[in-house]
Formats: sequence, structure tokens, C-alpha cells
Amino acid sequence: MRRAALTVLLLATCVVLWDWVASLDSVDDLTLASPGEVAHAFEDDWGLLWENAWVTLQEVLLGLAVAVVAGVAFAVGMHLSRALRDAAYPLLVGSQAVPIVVLAPIFVLAFDYGMGPKLAIVALICFFPITVNVLDGLRAVDPEQLKLMRSFGASRLRTLRAVELPAALPSFFSGLRVAATVSVIGAVFGEWAGSDAGLGRLVLLGNNQLQTPRVYAGIVILTLMAVALFALASLAERLICPWNRKESPA
Amino acid sequence: MKVEAPAKEPLSVEATGVTLTGVARRYRARRGVSVTALEHLELTVMAGEVLGVVGPSGCGKSTLLELVAGLQEPDAGAIAVGGRGAAPRRRDACALMPQRDLLLPWRDALGNAGLALEARGVAARAARSRATPLFERFGLTGFERARPAALSGGMRQRVAFVRTLLAGRPVLLLDEPFAALDAITRAEMQQWLADALAAEPRTVLLVTHDVEEALFLADRVAVLSPRPGRVVAELEVPLPRPRDRRAAVTDPQLARLRARALEALG
Repeated sequence: MRRAALTVLLLATCVVLWDWVASLDSVDDLTLASPGEVAHAFEDDWGLLWENAWVTLQEVLLGLAVAVVAGVAFAVGMHLSRALRDAAYPLLVGSQAVPIVVLAPIFVLAFDYGMGPKLAIVALICFFPITVNVLDGLRAVDPEQLKLMRSFGASRLRTLRAVELPAALPSFFSGLRVAATVSVIGAVFGEWAGSDAGLGRLVLLGNNQLQTPRVYAGIVILTLMAVALFALASLAERLICPWNRKESPA
Repeated sequence: MKVEAPAKEPLSVEATGVTLTGVARRYRARRGVSVTALEHLELTVMAGEVLGVVGPSGCGKSTLLELVAGLQEPDAGAIAVGGRGAAPRRRDACALMPQRDLLLPWRDALGNAGLALEARGVAARAARSRATPLFERFGLTGFERARPAALSGGMRQRVAFVRTLLAGRPVLLLDEPFAALDAITRAEMQQWLADALAAEPRTVLLVTHDVEEALFLADRVAVLSPRPGRVVAELEVPLPRPRDRRAAVTDPQLARLRARALEALG
């Protein structure tokens, strides 16, 4: 509760500071819209913002879903097969070294203007933290625990289901929290490469059309979206892994 | 209600002893140096007997249990459990209770107790219902739904023991089961285990570094030497089980045996 109050206080300070900087004569209105102007943009462009935010949110959620499915499957596969782990781990790391910004236009060429390229980019960014965290979680299981399961005559898959997967859940959520925050950035990149809707596109257009307050409104929504996704992932972790509560940072 | 042995080829406690003959186990340590954990180990646990094994730390006691449990193979010698030599067959006759309780933090006590059954493919619900009567018998009533984090060390060991029993194996391999408990709880748990084994007889190999614990719980105590571990003394405990903790403390026979065991330990 106290932490939340401090966060609000800090945020309020930032807004006041922002307002003051925006009011300075030396600061161009086209560069920095004041909080009041942004609030007006929210009022005037509410329908437009909401419509585009919904598009972006869909891209983010679907992309995250793809990343979760692919990331968990990949992590489990690498956990079960040493050969796959050795072969695929460098490629996994390499997949993150690829500059997404450059890749995005190619995806647009490949998948056309629709949802496809955005999903692909969000998924590509998000699947890495999920895979790495789940794999770490699976591998961190106490070897004594695995020995015990073997002594009970448990099969590999049964041990995976009863011991390793639940043990890796907190790590999965750590990965999901990271993925949630970067997913929005991925969607924006995807939209910049080519799209006909979405907050990223709206921000880009707004920039070109010198509608600075609208640009800032879009940025605020994008930020809130990432924060909300992070909070949702934290909440889900608390509900699903109550035994792990003391380790949860949120 | 008795806990059944696995349906396939049931082994009875009365017919299942453990024999180790000339067993050696070496580990390759760093830089090619090999460490001999056990050597020339001769040990017999008769069916239904409780054998205590005491030894200094690092004498290969845990290795001994893993060998019997079929989790490791000896480098020399032979091990048989109920006359079965192959590692998977040994494994199917033994239930291991490790030093740490290794309860799964996300499962409640009943779910943890049923883990050994689920490992064999019993449905979770059925495993829980088979664990329930044992909770009543072993002083765990009311704790069925408690998560391990909410249980005391002693209670956790009880749950771990019930889990071991539910594996339905004739041989129990107990690895310093109370080493992590405080002295008062340990004494209490030793009495509890003595009574539990009277109610649920098993062939037991109990490894401990606590001579008194071994003498209190076992029919016979084997003393191991420092690494490489082998048997340097075997002591019969001529008192019927289960014994009473308070009487055992002052028993002159146990006191003499204790002195001999400590002497053998060096």
C-alpha cells in the first residue's frame, strides 16, 4: 500500500515536471505536448485511440499466446533431449541477435499487411525470455527429487508432469513478465513496418501530421498496456503459484 | 488396513531380505583421481529385520542405500533384494526415504503422501484416498490439506514416511531421516518411527550417524569404517521392538552396546 502511494507520488512529480518543461518558451509545442493537451487528445480522439489500441492489444495478446506455446514446447523439448538442447541453444540466442527492426519489413513482405507480421514479431521477441526461463526452471529441479521419483518407478513423462513442470512454473512467470513488457514494443515495430491500423501506426502518422498531443496519448496507452500485462502476469503467478509467494517481486 | 505391495509380482516383507556380498563402489573424482566410497562390504538384512548402519560422515552410507535401491550399480560384488539382483528389480522392492523430506511445495500433505502411488500411474484422487487412513494412523489427521511450508519439521518427516510406506515396497531404505530435526523433535520422531514400524512391519535399512538412534530403532547395528566404508562391527540389540524411548535411555545393555559401537567407530 505504501509502495503504491510512493509510486503515485513519483508519477505525479513527473507529470508536474513535464507540465513545467512543456510550458517553457524554449520548448517547441510540436516536440512536447503538455499533460493538459494530451488529456484533451484523449477526450477528442477517444474513439480513434480506443479502436487502434484494441488492434494493438489483439496483436500483443495473440503474439504472446504463440510465444507461450512455442516457448514452453521448445523448452520442454530441449530439457528432454540433450542433443536438441546442444544443437538449438546457440540458434535460440542467435534468434535474439537478429535486429527485429530490420526483419519487420521482410515479415510484412512475407505475410502481407494484416495481423500476420505483427504476430510473428511479437512472438519472436517474446518467445526467448519464456523459453530460457522455463528451461532454467526445468533444469533447476533438485536432482535428489528426480532420484526419488526414479526410485518410485516413475516414467520420464510422469516425473515431468508431477515434478518438473510445476517446479518450473515460477520461472515461466518470470519469463512471461519480461515477455509481457517487450511484447508491446514488438507490436509497434510490426505496425511501423506496414499496417493500416494499430496504436503504433497512429503514433507514426501523428508524428508525420504534427499531431503531437495524439502521439503522446498513444504512447501513454502503449505504456499502460505493457504495465497492465506485467501486472496481469504477476497476478496470475500469485494465483497459480501461491506456494511461491515470497519470491514474487511484484 | 495394510498397505499393499505392487500388484505385479507382490513381494512379501517376510520373504524379502537384503544381501550385499563383496560390494565395492568407486567414483571418478576430478583429475582422474578415483574415490573409493565402499569396499569389501558384506551386509545382510534379514526379512522383517531393522538393520541400523552407523558410520562417520562421508563413509558412503548414502551410496549404500542408492546401491540397494538400484539407483546405482556396484563396481564389484553383488547385491540382492528378495533374491533379485538386477537393478530395476531391486528398485521395485525398495522404497527410499531421503534425508531431506523432498516434499513438493505446491502439493498439500495428502498429495505429497500419494506421490509414490501417482508415480506408478494411480490417479491423483485414488492416491489421496489411499493415503487418508495412514494419516489417521500416524498422527497427521487435520493436516491433510496443509502445504509443506505450513508443517513443522517433524510433521514433514511423517508425511515423507507415509509417502515411503505408500510406495508399497517390502524394503524401506531410510537415509538419516531425522538428521535435520532439533534434538527434542528427533527423540519424539524416533519413538514415532519405532511404533510405526511395529504397526507396519518392513525390512528396514536405516542409515544414521547417530549411534543411539540406531540402537534404539534397530534389531542389529552395523558399524562402518571411514571411507572406504566396510563393516567393522556388528552388534545385536537383544531387546524386543518397539522399545520405549525413556526406558532405552537408561538401559544398561544399550549403554554397553553404545560404548562398543563408539569404540568401533574409533
